[in-house]
Amino acid sequence: MKHTSKLSRREFMKRAALGAGTLTLIGGCATPDRSGRKFLSDDEASLMEAIAEQIIPADEWPGGRDAGVVAFVDKQLAGPYRRFQEDYRKGLAAITDSCLKQYRKKFEVLSLEQQTAVLKDLESGNYEDGVWGSGFSRRFFEMLRNHSLQGYYGSPRHGGNKKYVSYRMIGLDYPPVIGQNRYRS
Amino acid sequence: MSKQHVNAVVVGAGAGGGVVAKELSLGGLSVVLLERGDWVSYDAHDHDELLSQRTTVLGNATGPDDVRYRRVVVNDDGSSDIVFPSEWAYNNVAACVGSGTVTYGAMAWRFMSEDFRMKTTYGHVEGSTMEDWPVTYDDLESCYEKAEWEIGVAGDASSNPFASPRKKPYPMPPFAYNKEASMLESAMKRRGLHPFPIPMLRNSVPYNGRPACVRRRTCCGFACPLDAKCGTQNTVIPAALSTGNCELRTNCLASELVIDGSGKITGVAYFDGDNTKHIQSADLVVIAASATESPRLLLNSRSKHFPAGVGNRHDWVGRNLQGHAYTGAFGLFDEDLFDDVGPGATIAISDFSHHNPGIIGGGILANEFTRMPYLFTGVRPPGSPTWGRAHKEFQRTYFRRNAQVVGPIQEMPVFDSRVQVDPTVMDFWGIPVARLSGHRHPKDAEGCEFLSRKAEMILKEAGAFHTWRHLPGLGLSGGQHQAGTCRMGNDPQTSVTDRYGRVHDTPNVFIADASLHVTNGGFNPALTIMALGYWVGGHISNEWQKGNRFT
Repeated sequence: MKHTSKLSRREFMKRAALGAGTLTLIGGCATPDRSGRKFLSDDEASLMEAIAEQIIPADEWPGGRDAGVVAFVDKQLAGPYRRFQEDYRKGLAAITDSCLKQYRKKFEVLSLEQQTAVLKDLESGNYEDGVWGSGFSRRFFEMLRNHSLQGYYGSPRHGGNKKYVSYRMIGLDYPPVIGQNRYRS
Repeated sequence: MSKQHVNAVVVGAGAGGGVVAKELSLGGLSVVLLERGDWVSYDAHDHDELLSQRTTVLGNATGPDDVRYRRVVVNDDGSSDIVFPSEWAYNNVAACVGSGTVTYGAMAWRFMSEDFRMKTTYGHVEGSTMEDWPVTYDDLESCYEKAEWEIGVAGDASSNPFASPRKKPYPMPPFAYNKEASMLESAMKRRGLHPFPIPMLRNSVPYNGRPACVRRRTCCGFACPLDAKCGTQNTVIPAALSTGNCELRTNCLASELVIDGSGKITGVAYFDGDNTKHIQSADLVVIAASATESPRLLLNSRSKHFPAGVGNRHDWVGRNLQGHAYTGAFGLFDEDLFDDVGPGATIAISDFSHHNPGIIGGGILANEFTRMPYLFTGVRPPGSPTWGRAHKEFQRTYFRRNAQVVGPIQEMPVFDSRVQVDPTVMDFWGIPVARLSGHRHPKDAEGCEFLSRKAEMILKEAGAFHTWRHLPGLGLSGGQHQAGTCRMGNDPQTSVTDRYGRVHDTPNVFIADASLHVTNGGFNPALTIMALGYWVGGHISNEWQKGNRFT
């Protein structure tokens, strides 16, 4: 090998810092705070909660908000999804900006119909100004959607799917041992 | 650091390498088996879909990890991206003792005679390197049998009229159909098809000192908490270790072959769990690291004798990367079909594996593995909302009221679909990473179109009130069924190894994994990889007894 392993590892960590992201906090978010969150600020968390509730709205079963999607997303952003930290910081701020520009209100206080319209615009790439260019709008929406669905339908041990809400909704015994249904709350 | 010399180093403790280690150590060779991962158990992921091999979005509980590993994938427009193991595009295979045989769905297919003679059966295909294998089904029949008996397969050998002839039945009786499969069985029979229980590398009864399967939903994609799933980690690898001739070294990642001044391969360089580099010298080396990592290892092994990498004199190492174009159909039903009898997939037909008018090859069709809640969020009829109220309602209504019939289409190998090593991107250890590029052959789309219509027809016959088909794109293939990148052949100019997996031009380097596949069959490939392990390992062992030292 041309490289000694030591040098390569240093180079590797440099790349990792640039590419994969590290635990370094981007922007001015003070964490952890009293909320127990590790990455999202209060403002970001309340916006994310409203988005999650749009992706999985409450009906006769709880929606993304009550199922703890924000807790899931926050926990992952400080873990396996560290590489998406910058996208979240940038994207959530841009959603607030776009809503203020268009409605003079923050996303969280828009009517449910207006919120849906904003997310559909994001999804179809209708936002192009500022950071939304070069496909970021679609890409960020896809991320919000996938992560919300993972939080709602994934294992409760990651912070979402509180009280096994989605498993109970679809009638899935848990844990998956035939004859043993234990919904721990 | 140098280690005590051994007869053989085997790189990779998966489907192929585990078998080879057993064959060699039983044959009296001293063996070091290198595995980049560790032993894993169900505790690594618990019931957790998001960490399982089927989803992996939060990481691979059975490895590799996102911190030390990466690959480069070349896009259609020539641009490239660095991808991590938890991302779909990485084409991950589990990094642990047993590798994919720990987490697989455990379908135990033998390829058919035709699968080894694709060119003879179908003729030349423009734009494809499709060729006959240098071995036939008859050559491998006894190897398949060994795999079935030593590793353990449950099935009914008399029930598939299209299967190529076999000498011995399966060692264990087949698994009973789940509710979905029972419904499909009647529909298939009404259509004149020939359904049968899928042969499975799982214990249907206690076997080999391990208990019978209790049919959990968390099976495919997960390690088995009961050890009722049969992989190399709980069969041939322990058998190898118990000979006293084999040492398994976990958390050891091979970086390159060691080449001496005369061009002879003298061993393998690897990093251990503390990231210390070692040299293990050996009389011979068997590479079984997967169809991505095996060619990467050869290509990263260069010297003046091998300027383009070991075995790559004619630029065939890493070529013909293929997998399976998965296709099929979904159906919605009024009745509840979810009985939670895992792993779900229990019934198959082989009616469309070969001799379909106008189609080259084909594939089996089987019912799908137990649906997982997050994975199911992506199962919607075309044009349906992908989020919001209706999406949630669909999940609630149809998670228990759907059936899926899917199958792997045999792909036409493409020369330009390939594994290279990236010129700039390295992994944690400073080793150039695999660079994947290419596309499927247009003929694969025809096969998918054909097979998915058959799947849809079956679901309609079964009473689905709404059906839709799933057709894959023509992008880069590979996935967990990755194959073909060090093909075996009789002509050194158009292949990487001879018919025994020995790399041309290097008397003591062998390949023993799906890299050897000339074509990949219309079947899940695990049992064929195991059979090749017996084929290659058995050959080496026999020759060794005769005094051949592969010099």
